[in-house]
Amino acid sequence: MKLKRGIPLIDQHDQHGFWGGKFGGSFIPETLKKPIDDLTNEFKKLRKDKKFLKKRDYYFKNYIGSPTSFVKLDNLTKQLDGAQIWAKIVSEANGGAHKIYNATVHALICKAMGKKNIVGDTGAGYAGKMLSMAAKKFGLKCKIFMGAKDIKRQKPNCDAMRKNGAEIIPVYSGSQTLVDAVSECMRYWVSNCDNTHMCVGSTVGPNIFVKICGWSTEQISRELKLQLKSEFKRIPNKIKLINCVGGGSSAYGFWSEFIDYDKKKIELIGVEAGGPKKSKLHAAPLSRKAKIGILHGAASYVCQNKEGQINNTESISAGLDYPGVSPMHCFLKDTKRARYTYATDEEALNAHQMVTKYENLNPSLEPSHAFAEAIKIAPKLSKDTIIIVNSCGDAKKDRDILRERLSKKS
Amino acid sequence: MSSLINQAFQNAKSENRPALLTYTVAGDNTKKKSLEILKSISNHADICELGFPHNTPIADGGQIQTSAYRAIKNGIKINDVFSIAKDFKKTKKNKPIILMGYYNMIFQYNENKFLEKCKKSKVDGLIVVDLPYPENKNFASKCKNRGINFIQLVSPTTSKIRLKKIIKDSHDMIYYISMLSTTGGKLKVSPKKILERYSKIKNQNKSKNVVIGFGITEKTIKSLKKADGLVVGSAICKEITNSINRRQNAVINVTSIVKRLKNKIK
Repeated sequence: MKLKRGIPLIDQHDQHGFWGGKFGGSFIPETLKKPIDDLTNEFKKLRKDKKFLKKRDYYFKNYIGSPTSFVKLDNLTKQLDGAQIWAKIVSEANGGAHKIYNATVHALICKAMGKKNIVGDTGAGYAGKMLSMAAKKFGLKCKIFMGAKDIKRQKPNCDAMRKNGAEIIPVYSGSQTLVDAVSECMRYWVSNCDNTHMCVGSTVGPNIFVKICGWSTEQISRELKLQLKSEFKRIPNKIKLINCVGGGSSAYGFWSEFIDYDKKKIELIGVEAGGPKKSKLHAAPLSRKAKIGILHGAASYVCQNKEGQINNTESISAGLDYPGVSPMHCFLKDTKRARYTYATDEEALNAHQMVTKYENLNPSLEPSHAFAEAIKIAPKLSKDTIIIVNSCGDAKKDRDILRERLSKKS
Repeated sequence: MSSLINQAFQNAKSENRPALLTYTVAGDNTKKKSLEILKSISNHADICELGFPHNTPIADGGQIQTSAYRAIKNGIKINDVFSIAKDFKKTKKNKPIILMGYYNMIFQYNENKFLEKCKKSKVDGLIVVDLPYPENKNFASKCKNRGINFIQLVSPTTSKIRLKKIIKDSHDMIYYISMLSTTGGKLKVSPKKILERYSKIKNQNKSKNVVIGFGITEKTIKSLKKADGLVVGSAICKEITNSINRRQNAVINVTSIVKRLKNKIK
């Protein structure tokens, strides 16, 4: 299993859609074969269409607000007294998280295909909120599938979705979180694929959805590359790019331009959700040795039991609370290009507190997992090492959880 | 020699009616109960489909999900599914049984081991919901080598060219999904339209047995009786749920539904 140079990772799969011969694919009911083939052909065409690209760039700049800023966290750096800590503040994007890239692209594709309805899944509510925004912007009717547990714990994002005119469909089956929302959204699409477009909220699902999402979030690292060059005159020699990983869409987008670099020069570190400190449940299939399985149409490392039943997951962060992960991250793990670890709920909370104490930055619980790793390793590293954390979400949506968890402590 | 599945269709044809196929979930609501239900309904059904329950079933509607979650909650394991099939075959050795489920469970069990176990338990056929053509080619031929029918699914969205290829690669039976829906949806396409599409499939190769499934209930079954076979699943699972809720005997209630279904297509 080997990575190829000079080819985007989203295109490094074989004719059946597998990365490294075993991750990804399209394990789908027959009914979805045609809509997925149609979407695959449409995307192939659109990504080469200059007019479409111009439109994408226009909306990325004027609607999403690219580029998001790249800043040094001076106080945190001083406090940790080791590597320099920098952050790419992707949460500045319209709506407050990276999910807006994928949502905007899907809305544009939906329009190009002449469909008027769009549906999507959401965990933390960001994918749903962004899709509802994009749907409103482009005049599409929007339904969002969301686990009943997540609806409760991410209320601010639900309010935003409703305000944008989207209908939230609560999902009561299974663990009532993201995994069930994705299943229910796929079921809805099976029944309505003739007039409805489906947006999968991360780099997961059948092959084509992994590709479209990755193609959308790649914008993050395109910007970062330019910003690095303008800040340092060249790409520095010791960089560590740290990103949280749930489905893996922000991590892929943060890394895509840098995968071809030597890992000694640019290390890629993915941080999964380790769950509560003493709990056996987690959402960390890559770093806690899950086996390969099939979930939502793709083969990836999946938290599951011996029989192949998908495990319940547990994480304070709804956006990372997912038993599977992108096939592209499985490929990056097995080729050893990226290193994956996890942070517990407690570590993420501590990191959130520390970052907000020293910096004028309010990372949501998802990127707080990445900050936890940065805080852990920075003191041991040389001062010319550049750690960059993707602060891919804003903590406004975590208001209730933070209030509850942090007031208990004091 | 003709397969038991083929014989079941021939037998129904000789009685001038479609074959009746039932679907129940193994272990719903217990291992013992589901075997009793299976044995009892097989007196009226021509072919029995037995689902191995998965907790992330992306193509199943509410009724079958409920049955599956109930079975898993009651501790059903894949080996229990095989032992139900095996026990069933001890007393009903000529009644074809088809296992149906999602690929991850076969993948975790190991494809070859799974098929050996099917053979030992005298399973006649397999339906794997999320392993479409052409990705299923290799697995389908492994089934064939062991004398197990791999049943291909086709749907209203299946293109003409694709349909040809799938039929060419199919074994004795083809499963036509009546409409764009998960299992248990309300029949939203007219029976006439469904039968028109059905004929297009059937006319490609008359030797294949084509069954229609999804949305078939006591109300709708009669209107589709021209088909080679008709599958009823959700309506049966729903009756199990109702019987449990009302503390009634699920074996008796489900059997009487199957009997009524059969009478409607005689």
